[in-house]
Amino acid sequence: MHNFTITELIDGLKKRVFSSEEITQHFLARIKNLDSEFNSVITLTEDQALESAKLADQLLADGSASELCGVPVLHKDIFCTQGVRTSCGSKMLDNFVPPYDATVIENFRNNGAVMLGKTNMDEFAMGSSNETSFYGPVKNPWSTDSVPGGSSGGSAAAIAARLAPGATATDTGGSIRQPAALCGITGLKPTYGRVSRWGMIAFASSLDQGGPMARTAEDCALLLNCMASYDDKDSTCIDRPVPNYSANLGDSLKGLRIGIPKEYFSEGLNSGTEQAVRDSLAEYEKLGAELVDISLPNTELSVPAYYVIAPAEASANLSRFDGVRYGHRCEDPKDLEDLYRRTRAEGFGDEVQRRILIGTYCLSAGYYDAYYGKAQQVRQLIRQDFTQAFEKVDLIMGPTCPSPAFKFGAKGNDPVAMYLEDIYTISTNLAGLPGMSLPCGMVDNKPVGLQIIGNYFDEARMLNAAHQFQQVTDWHQLAPAGIES
Amino acid sequence: MSIEKQTIENLATLARLAVDDQRVEEISQRLGSVLELVDQLQAADTSGLSGLDHPLNETQRLREDKVNKPNMREAFQAIAPDTEADLYLVPKVID
Repeated sequence: MHNFTITELIDGLKKRVFSSEEITQHFLARIKNLDSEFNSVITLTEDQALESAKLADQLLADGSASELCGVPVLHKDIFCTQGVRTSCGSKMLDNFVPPYDATVIENFRNNGAVMLGKTNMDEFAMGSSNETSFYGPVKNPWSTDSVPGGSSGGSAAAIAARLAPGATATDTGGSIRQPAALCGITGLKPTYGRVSRWGMIAFASSLDQGGPMARTAEDCALLLNCMASYDDKDSTCIDRPVPNYSANLGDSLKGLRIGIPKEYFSEGLNSGTEQAVRDSLAEYEKLGAELVDISLPNTELSVPAYYVIAPAEASANLSRFDGVRYGHRCEDPKDLEDLYRRTRAEGFGDEVQRRILIGTYCLSAGYYDAYYGKAQQVRQLIRQDFTQAFEKVDLIMGPTCPSPAFKFGAKGNDPVAMYLEDIYTISTNLAGLPGMSLPCGMVDNKPVGLQIIGNYFDEARMLNAAHQFQQVTDWHQLAPAGIES
Repeated sequence: MSIEKQTIENLATLARLAVDDQRVEEISQRLGSVLELVDQLQAADTSGLSGLDHPLNETQRLREDKVNKPNMREAFQAIAPDTEADLYLVPKVID
């Protein structure tokens, strides 16, 4: 039952082959029995899940069910869930129970989906390996001595281990696409402003975006239909109709122009990864697409630009965590300064503290123009690269990550080594474009992801391209050893 | 590249983050290596370019200056560490 995709589960629910209560119990049992190995779930919402499932079964019986009615999903622990702890992977919010639902959560609730629980993540979404969580690292189901990627490592690992058929996640510099690639699943970061950020704990406000993870593009389309909405509570949400992302999955790819950026195939790219990606591009040619060589010349500047902008925005966003209104508070503060300083030193982990300090430096008087101002100008250059490329091509493709999943501690003491993991994904966030990753091969028994970058609001075309690839290949159907498939 | 202890202390004050003495050296090294990374930006030719504050070049949407949400004080304060008479309590600020 856990091998069914969301699409298949919906079909089974409609035809009364099984009930939502049955499938929910099945996934809850799997999480309870298997997740100690992966540590992908922080909070299991068993009672709530069963209650929602029973309600969903009633709606399915009387014919008033919405598209995702009765489908169990996991939510990254960055989305506020009313009455359910939302930790953001941090000690700072270990005791935080939100009094409201994020818009994304509300959308799923209105659709009748069942929330199984909240997934583990790098603390405050800062990381590419899920090693920084207060709740301990998440292990990659393909190789438990290796990272699942981050920051949405919990959501990705849970899907790979078939603990849930789908999950929500967020992406600020690659945090959906990179763990999707390392865990052999499909994940999509929508265009900036497509999905409401209301109730999604903020890391970097001009880069953050919520998106779906599942095993197939077809399933991601269903989840995106639910997640995307105009929301006037998020003033950066774009007021633009949400298409039916499932409608064009079957379109032919004949004549599709795919740009291959030369900068994404240079030194630093693992040779096995490169081969898997090039073989996949050959599949696209067989599907009727035309490969076009392009250049994104400012790609190398994307990592330094991001590591100014993201920490700068994070330092501003995380200033709200001060021990006054919610979350962790230090004991016996002697004065207000002590309250702030000790609460924050105790509540935040090392990587978060480092990024706050870097961000503060880049925004401080005397440095603002040289760092933040300059980085925002470089961001224009990066955006221009893409605008020019999209005059010649419809989609851009390349590897999602420079190599497959690395071992825990491998990027150890050098933060910059970790940051360079994001080299292919970061530019997409800086430009606000949509990007996705889908499984396209294996290297040393570890998955490799193919990245697809689309033009603004072109998610339907990206999902179509991914779906057509998944009709002629079976990388997305593989399961880790020990996980039956 | 290493950052001076005084700079780290200034940043810690700005960020309201207690950094104890034993950690200053380590933080200085790590911040230094990140700043070396970001210094690469200086080589980019950005003359004439404005900053890309919003990735889609949108401007801030405004709404009417009218109350449009219910008062949720009770729900918000229920999760606060310390409150009294509808106020959030903090250590004394003024002597």
